[in-house]
Amino acid sequence: MKIQQISVFLENKPGRLASVAQVLKDNAINIRALTVADTLDFGVLRMVVNRPDQAMAVLRQAGFTVKAATIIAVEIDDREGVFYDIMKLCDAEGLNIEYTYSFVEQQAKKAILFMRFEDPDRAAAIFTQHGYRLLTNEEARSI
Amino acid sequence: MIFNREFETLPLTVLRAHQSAQLVRLVHRVYERVPFYRAKMDAAGVKPADIRTIDDIARLPFTTKDEMREVYPYGLLACDQSDIVEIHTSSGTTGKPVVDAYTRNDIEVWSEVMARTLAMGGTTQHDIVQNAYGYGLFTGGLGVHYGARKIGAVVIPISGGNTKRQLDLMRDFGTTVLACTPSYSLYLAEAGREEGIDFSKVGLKAGFFGAEPWSENMRAEIQEKLHLKAIDIYGLTEIIGPGVASECEQQNHLHIFEDHFYPEVIDPTTGAVLPPGERGELVITTLTKDGTPVIRYRTRDITYLDREPCPCGRTSVRMHRILGRTDDMLVIRGVNVFPSQIEQVLLHIDGVEPHYQLIVDRRAQLDDLEVQVEMNDGLFSDTVKAIELKEREIAEELHSALLISAKVKLVEPKSITRSEGKARRVIDRRQI
Repeated sequence: MKIQQISVFLENKPGRLASVAQVLKDNAINIRALTVADTLDFGVLRMVVNRPDQAMAVLRQAGFTVKAATIIAVEIDDREGVFYDIMKLCDAEGLNIEYTYSFVEQQAKKAILFMRFEDPDRAAAIFTQHGYRLLTNEEARSI
Repeated sequence: MIFNREFETLPLTVLRAHQSAQLVRLVHRVYERVPFYRAKMDAAGVKPADIRTIDDIARLPFTTKDEMREVYPYGLLACDQSDIVEIHTSSGTTGKPVVDAYTRNDIEVWSEVMARTLAMGGTTQHDIVQNAYGYGLFTGGLGVHYGARKIGAVVIPISGGNTKRQLDLMRDFGTTVLACTPSYSLYLAEAGREEGIDFSKVGLKAGFFGAEPWSENMRAEIQEKLHLKAIDIYGLTEIIGPGVASECEQQNHLHIFEDHFYPEVIDPTTGAVLPPGERGELVITTLTKDGTPVIRYRTRDITYLDREPCPCGRTSVRMHRILGRTDDMLVIRGVNVFPSQIEQVLLHIDGVEPHYQLIVDRRAQLDDLEVQVEMNDGLFSDTVKAIELKEREIAEELHSALLISAKVKLVEPKSITRSEGKARRVIDRRQI
């Protein structure tokens, strides 16, 4: 199970994130998870949203550079050591993580770990094999 | 199609003899009749008798646009005022305008070179030429008009603007040849598409585009959208208007009508004449003009000359499409760089579009060049690593091609200021 993430290129200057946020708000798009990778000159905003295709279209229309990426979302128990288990598994299988981010679902005592791999199909297969549950696109959009 | 086979295919020795004779005549004429040129030649220590062949031209002083402005309006006149039949001027947006005064013979020469130009794209007496260059003081409109009339084609003198009417007339009269600026042709294509016009059925065969810089990418787009052959033409008011040079059907460099306009390419800093193939500033002498002849005019346009024979059979020298302006030339740590050279490098990198800006600054006594390139969907990756690798790749390409060290910065699309459609390419913050 793989899910669709959208990424937006942003120059590192004031007001750029606000502009993205406004486009999403004006089009009633709900953000499920987000993270920003920043460098001295630019940043990459990565998001999982409820309607990714529409989000990409409206952001493009507003002049942003946008790209879709395939990532996987692993549901894990919210307790110590689980992140270590995952990292150990990736290491053992030679899965190179491009980047990762996560959030905690307090009510379900679960956490969702989003990960980007060079080969998402292989990563998904390995996680499934090891008994991890991967979120579907629909689940990720309606978290 | 060659309009004037005799003069366009002159053997080189005959052409040189013709140019020599015209230059000698010209130098005597201006020395006797134009105090401006006499003073310049005296200051340079050159007498008319020193000029015997075309190769002596490098002994003559250059003429600049500023000098031409200083003698506004009639300071360059080399004939009796009563012999003038028409006057054009440059726009004068940056100062006093430059005057181009034509005798009857000058208009004949202009018609001739414009007829040659239009014939290069296949225009014959059976064609219908829609002339969307502005009529008036601007030389584009009447230049094309005279050329088309000389050929005997039908001219639709619609002038610029009024896009709806352009499209209506194009269909109603079956325009086969279009003349306008390249950017306006794309505007017409877009407006036509919105009106549901299928240009493959309109029957345009050639378009003559000039008066502003354009590129091979734009040519491809124009040809695809309008279904015609797009010909690059070159000219300037200071010389005659359009009709100084034009591409032939090969669309590979512009033939200069050198039996009328003698070209040289010089080093813009030292003034030394450069050999063919070397990039520099184009300098033109009007060999046959009687009204306001110009000797070694510094066009500030950057190009190089190509003396290879052209498959079309014409023997005239060709020039590369204008590569930039000397006004834009940058000296970065002692290396001369034109924005157009940087653009060439960028265009060869996969995914890069020609939207860029150069920012020059001086830090710790050293010049610092930042090349900003607009991000696009093709370049963008969601990983920082890939973006930084792309920046590094561009910097390495610039270094290997131009020997300049630049910091490359990818910026958001449309963040580079565009003023009236023209991007501002260079921001020089150096305080020297």
